[in-house]
Amino acid sequence: MKAAAFDYHRPANRAEALDMAGSLDNAKFLAGGQSLVAMLNMRYAIVDHLIDLNHVSDLAGIEMTGDRLRLGAMTRQRAVKDDTALAARAPIFAAALDYVGHFQTRNRGTVGGSLGHMDPSAELMALATLMDAEVEVQSKARTRTLSIADYPMAYMTPAIEMDEMITGVTFALPAEGHGWGFHEHAQRHGDFAVCGVAALMELAGGTVSRTAITVFGIGMAPQRARAAEDLLAGQTPGDDLYRAAGDALDDLDYTTDAMASAAYRRRLAGVLTRRALADAATRAGGDRR
Amino acid sequence: MTTKSISLTVNGKTVEQEVEPRTHLADFLRHGIGLTGTHLGCEHGVCGACTVLVDGQAVRSCLMLAVQADGAEVVTVEGLAPETGGDDGLSPIQAAFREFHGLQCGYCTPGFLTSLTQLLMENPDIGEEDLRKELSGNLCRCTGYAGIVRAALAAAQAYKEAAASGMGGSR
Repeated sequence: MKAAAFDYHRPANRAEALDMAGSLDNAKFLAGGQSLVAMLNMRYAIVDHLIDLNHVSDLAGIEMTGDRLRLGAMTRQRAVKDDTALAARAPIFAAALDYVGHFQTRNRGTVGGSLGHMDPSAELMALATLMDAEVEVQSKARTRTLSIADYPMAYMTPAIEMDEMITGVTFALPAEGHGWGFHEHAQRHGDFAVCGVAALMELAGGTVSRTAITVFGIGMAPQRARAAEDLLAGQTPGDDLYRAAGDALDDLDYTTDAMASAAYRRRLAGVLTRRALADAATRAGGDRR
Repeated sequence: MTTKSISLTVNGKTVEQEVEPRTHLADFLRHGIGLTGTHLGCEHGVCGACTVLVDGQAVRSCLMLAVQADGAEVVTVEGLAPETGGDDGLSPIQAAFREFHGLQCGYCTPGFLTSLTQLLMENPDIGEEDLRKELSGNLCRCTGYAGIVRAALAAAQAYKEAAASGMGGSR
């Protein structure tokens, strides 16, 4: 199919873009276009105005300061995956980005586009949930920050207004030496995940001092597995413990759709959690037995 | 709806035209300037058939608006051979596809050729496992991929040898 007709705007800077968003009716920001243009082609989305952010220069960038990582909204997914400093400090980013679409879509796809689209299986949303991210949004009138817990409002709908633009996202990086695991299941590499699990683990004196587990692709938004995280605290890593954590995921919401049943997703979540935790423990220098 | 005037380079030639904002790059290439080598399979970014190179990067031309290509340098399948083509007029990847039976009906082929052009330029040392993963963004319903993978690995070897002898072309 072909997109319905719209007007195209190319602001040169952020102020112009925010002016347009505040004054044009039924307008949308165009970032990488890897979801939005597909939706326009299929007429899932019909807009009167597109505001192209690709020529606004101060929206892209990767900044790491101590345990904070800030990604500008227009940072290409490819740039995040290829960043060597980030790969050394938090390798889970490159591992997760490898699952984001395909290299051809990562060439154009952006961090802010992924957060704004909020597909339930989006890996960047999963990382944001895993690392207690804060999303910066800006309109002509104000700038504000949303914690990732308050960010999802409904299916594919973040809690941001029509005239607001995502400008960046800041992640709380785990401590140096942490372990991590990232596993997902999809029908082919790069497709929408039926279920995925991202995990972080820090060890102290042979026991788990801190852990974070996010399950995604199972419902409206990625979910932290709080019961499993609590269960792991202070324990000695090992297969029995990972199994117990995988069994402690009943507090999450699982959806049935055309791809898979809620029960199948629950099963996958358990298996992928075990694998992610085993990887995380190994990478944290823990004992897998 | 206001049309926009765009100016871009396609396969080394400057092209200027008025386009509707909703026209995606693939339709512009096919209908606007008659380059029908770029094929449209799904038109929503899944199949990879419409892949072209924009400023050297492989992108889905169905997921980019023509108006966004204003000022860009676009290379389509028609433009792959001139710079690095041998006596047979084929680029190393195209020649390998012929030799190793990397196509049957040919519908998906332009997308594979353009995708591999970026992939092998950047990483001629790629192994089969990674190659299959990176090619997951291009669908072929004829070959079962065996010939495509063999062709790509052979082309990678050609790129490596060209680089080793200092003959590496720009594409």
